[in-house]
Amino acid sequence: MSVLVFTESLTGKIKKSALEAISYGYQVAQQQGTSCIALTIGQAEGADDLGKYGVDKVLQVSQVNGFDSQVYANIISQVAQQVGATLVVFSHSSSGKSIAGRVAVRLDAGLVSAATTLLNGDTVNKNLFSGKGIATYSISTAVKIVTISANTFPPKEVSGNSVAPEAASANIPTAKIRVKETTTVEGIVPLPEADLVVSAGRGMKGPENWGMVEDLAAILGATTACSRPVADIHWRPHHEHVGQTGVAIKPTLYIAIGISGAIQHLAGVNQSKTIVVINKDPEAPFFKAADYGIVGDLFDVVPKLTAAIKSFKANN
Amino acid sequence: MKILVCVSQTPDTTSKIQFANGNTELDKAGIQFIMNPYDEWYALVRALELKEANAGSTVTLLHVGAAANEPTIRKGLAIGADDAIRVDAEATSSYFVAKQIAANAQGFDVVFFGKETIDYNGSEVPAMVAELLDLPFVSYGSKMSTSGNVATIERDIEGGKETVEVDFPFVLSCAKGMAEQRIPNMQGIMMSKRKPVKVVPAVAVNNTVAIKTYSLPPVKAGVKMISPDNVEELVKLLHNEAKVL
Ligand SMILES: Cc1cc2nc3c(=O)[nH]c(=O)nc-3n(C[C@H](O)[C@H](O)[C@H](O)COP(=O)(O)OP(=O)(O)OC[C@H]3O[C@@H](n4cnc5c(N)ncnc54)[C@H](O)[C@@H]3O)c2cc1C
Repeated sequence: MSVLVFTESLTGKIKKSALEAISYGYQVAQQQGTSCIALTIGQAEGADDLGKYGVDKVLQVSQVNGFDSQVYANIISQVAQQVGATLVVFSHSSSGKSIAGRVAVRLDAGLVSAATTLLNGDTVNKNLFSGKGIATYSISTAVKIVTISANTFPPKEVSGNSVAPEAASANIPTAKIRVKETTTVEGIVPLPEADLVVSAGRGMKGPENWGMVEDLAAILGATTACSRPVADIHWRPHHEHVGQTGVAIKPTLYIAIGISGAIQHLAGVNQSKTIVVINKDPEAPFFKAADYGIVGDLFDVVPKLTAAIKSFKANN
Repeated sequence: MKILVCVSQTPDTTSKIQFANGNTELDKAGIQFIMNPYDEWYALVRALELKEANAGSTVTLLHVGAAANEPTIRKGLAIGADDAIRVDAEATSSYFVAKQIAANAQGFDVVFFGKETIDYNGSEVPAMVAELLDLPFVSYGSKMSTSGNVATIERDIEGGKETVEVDFPFVLSCAKGMAEQRIPNMQGIMMSKRKPVKVVPAVAVNNTVAIKTYSLPPVKAGVKMISPDNVEELVKLLHNEAKVL
């Protein structure tokens, strides 16, 4: 018996969401009294460090280039069988989601995606209806699969052990998907992984005013986001669009500036731990979903807030 | 080209969510069901564009659900699909639905999905179907061009994009950018009434997961208002109380 964690990389580096998956796998393995095994596929910078997060073993299949869910699912299923995995953990990320369903079919395993609790026996929770409901699932199969909700299980260093990665033996099928190009925005934490997010909406009046949003984000080390109309009218790039039809996020801090808080917007952000709303309209629906609110003109409040955080950071 | 588009229906986002029967099921009273937006706006419309670019093609809808869901299928036909298959069963789990789709998806050149449903947000079914059909799967596509037997697809990844090539047949899940929503016109609505909907029985599936209970999330403590002239107070609260700074 063991817990196998698919430890994913993006552009060759192990992702923060993968460390979250390891922390999840480690905690379940502790509860079950089994071992936790990490599996990396392709180039995986950071694999030497995984011992810190409690894994007992790191297996690597490095001779794979480019992402093809069919190839990955095949390899992961082979390794899961070799190590007698009873739980396979994935991040609920673009690649994790693309593979988990395939592995579930290959291993006849029950799958629960975007889990928000540790697997307890055969029981695990997930959120439904954009955070308006919670479901408690039971998984009835011997092998179980979960993808875990992002920013929910913080990576924890639990050990001073170093674990040297070993090559796994697996047949590697031929990829049918040919990856031509992978581009990521450098130097910015991608929105789904961001801890701190500063987001702005139509209240900004125009793209030329975004400097103050970027200044606030910079002083916090936050990632910027926006409401849908702002992306639709090309004030901001599409990848910043959060909400029901955009990216769903779960940061520890979400600052909403000049966003009304329409239900479709809230659907993508209402699981943030702390929500701050700045809006000139005291009746803006967003205040109902907020933890802290300021009724005021954003053009006045935002620069003041940036200055206050700057002086706070200088003194702490 | 034979094109299949899988569509599901979900409660409208604005629905008030409540549970019934000792928290074992969704309380459907007062809930407005709609076609899952990703299926409608992106998958179906991109499928129709593909048909329009390839003379002689057909677009078939596939829905797993009871007869009461017929309006969702008719809407898809009104938007422009040629015909539909309805698997006559309640969709009890992703695996159940994937098995039904796989049983009816043989012989298509491409199988379209929306990237996820807006109720369960699981994104599970397309990957399962791809595995059951032993086909390549391109997920979160936001742009596609085709040339002969090859599709070039741009897909969303965390903080970026990836461009991939794949030969037909394959499974595709569609995100924003793939197409623009189409509103059915009067002619489409009239014609949809005469388009064939084949009703087929479900294949037997042993469910691998089950929902034991539903619950509502804890309610927020309520908003704390801070004066715009005292933003320092907010910084203090974020540091001492929320502990996020
Ligand atoms: C099916 C569907 C899906 C959708 N999906 C999404 C989605 O994914 N994401 C999303 O964001 N939206 C989505 N929407 C749109 C959503 O319903 C709202 O229209 C949108 O979120 C509003 O954007 P906004 O808050 O930026 O603009 P507005 O609603 O115009 O709000 C602007 C706000 O700024 C405030 N404001 C103006 N000037 C100032 C000032 N000087 N100082 C302070 N405050 C000021 C106003 O009081 C107002 O509250 C969707 C809609 C539909 C129908």
